[in-house]
Amino acid sequence: MPAPAWDDFVDQAAILLAVVGVAFPSPDRPLVAFSHVSLAAEPGQFVVLIGPSGCGKSTLLRTIGDLLSATSGSVAVFGNEPQRARLDRRISFVFQDATLLPWRTVLQNVRLPLQVGNWRHTGRPSRKPEEMIALVGLKGRENAYPHQLSGGQRQRVSIARALVTNPDILLMDEPFGALDEITRDRLNDELLRIWREVGTTIVFVTHSLSEAAFLGEKVAVMGTNPGRLLEVIDLTSRKADNQIDRSSNTFFEITSELRDVLLRAYGDADK
Amino acid sequence: MSRSAQGWFWPILGVTSLLVLWQAAVTFFEIKTFVAPSPVAVIGAIWENRSILLDNLGPTALEALSGFALGNSVAVILATVFIHSQTLRRMYFPAVVIFNTIPIIALSPILILIFGLTVTSKVIIAAIICLFPTLVNMIRGFEAVTPSELELMRIMAANRREVFFRLRLPRSLPFLFSALRIASTTSVIGAIVSEWIGAQKGIGVLIIQSTFEYRTELLYASIVMSSLLALTMFGAVALVEFLIVRWRVN
Repeated sequence: MPAPAWDDFVDQAAILLAVVGVAFPSPDRPLVAFSHVSLAAEPGQFVVLIGPSGCGKSTLLRTIGDLLSATSGSVAVFGNEPQRARLDRRISFVFQDATLLPWRTVLQNVRLPLQVGNWRHTGRPSRKPEEMIALVGLKGRENAYPHQLSGGQRQRVSIARALVTNPDILLMDEPFGALDEITRDRLNDELLRIWREVGTTIVFVTHSLSEAAFLGEKVAVMGTNPGRLLEVIDLTSRKADNQIDRSSNTFFEITSELRDVLLRAYGDADK
Repeated sequence: MSRSAQGWFWPILGVTSLLVLWQAAVTFFEIKTFVAPSPVAVIGAIWENRSILLDNLGPTALEALSGFALGNSVAVILATVFIHSQTLRRMYFPAVVIFNTIPIIALSPILILIFGLTVTSKVIIAAIICLFPTLVNMIRGFEAVTPSELELMRIMAANRREVFFRLRLPRSLPFLFSALRIASTTSVIGAIVSEWIGAQKGIGVLIIQSTFEYRTELLYASIVMSSLLALTMFGAVALVEFLIVRWRVN
């Protein structure tokens, strides 16, 4: 039996990064955000990117969403250029700040993705905005304006907005970074519930060890100076059905393991 | 006292106290009416000259309103062009700035030479005086979008037209209305100044005539009328803003 061809592997992966790097032009020499990152995400997988500030994790996320172009290596989303996936509306993005339009109500904000771009011409099935609002637990607040909501609620709305196009890939850039820890834990619980329900591929950027340990099926640890991938840790064998109790020993072990990888990178930087 | 009544109470008390002070000063220092009339005398003059005042208010109001509409429309269109073309902005924005340094009173004779003693020249003066503040505010308003809002539009594959109408334009509304508040009062100033240079009718004409004829009460009455016109326009702008920009966080 022949070995599976590289092309098949590329086609089957939701996201495939091969020796990807991003450098920004600057007067003296290019400013390298990160380089040599190779990583794959299977359809429906929950991948977490964790690393200290300045390791390029947000930049990496933006190359997958075609908000930035990689300057080296190749990024493939469902076997194609990220631009193709973006224009086909297969990608949604959740930003660090909720980025809701303040003149639109919750319902109008969630409807926005179906009203702009080429949505009607994509022929993709949408989800009902009302159902997405219920899914994120905001039933009854459809007609509220963003300034009438709490930070956590606003971020829920932005998740509902991201899901309304039924995306194949959901990119999340430290979405709960500005929230208090209790709210963050609760939203993490709900995010996993939503992920199970909608079955989309998620790439989630964070700098919180416990968030990474709790959410990820696969955790990619990145280091800084220069921005690079340190290690990819597969947690599927240790988290049945990607569920874990925050007070369990396993959770503690995973968190410590992630911390060790990060600390080693800090040690390198000090040398 | 209700909240809105309380909002009105203090300004009314303030204005009334100033009027009382004025009346007292005129009476106490025995100031002659042709030098400075008392508030009571001014109110009397408004009533006596009501038909002359209304007759002259019409043209001024028309000039101010038309100038307001024209100047602000041109400003919004220019701002739209400038945010979409950096080249045109680099070429023509400095020209607009230079044009804005010309005193409006110096511009009036030029326009009268071109358009004659018509309403057109007055409307253009009123328009020019509105244009610059609105242009600057609108450019700022259109650019008041955050990087993540632009990224959001990009991830949704929105085109430039959608970015403009769904993001930049609503974003700019608070900026537009603060510009319109300024323009509502300056457009009246523009109309009156242009009437000084040459006109048959208007509050500006009345101000010049009553000054030269030492009809000081009529002068004051004319000033009150122009002020009322500007206040009415200001109030209308504030009302429209209140009705449209409901989402603005106080």
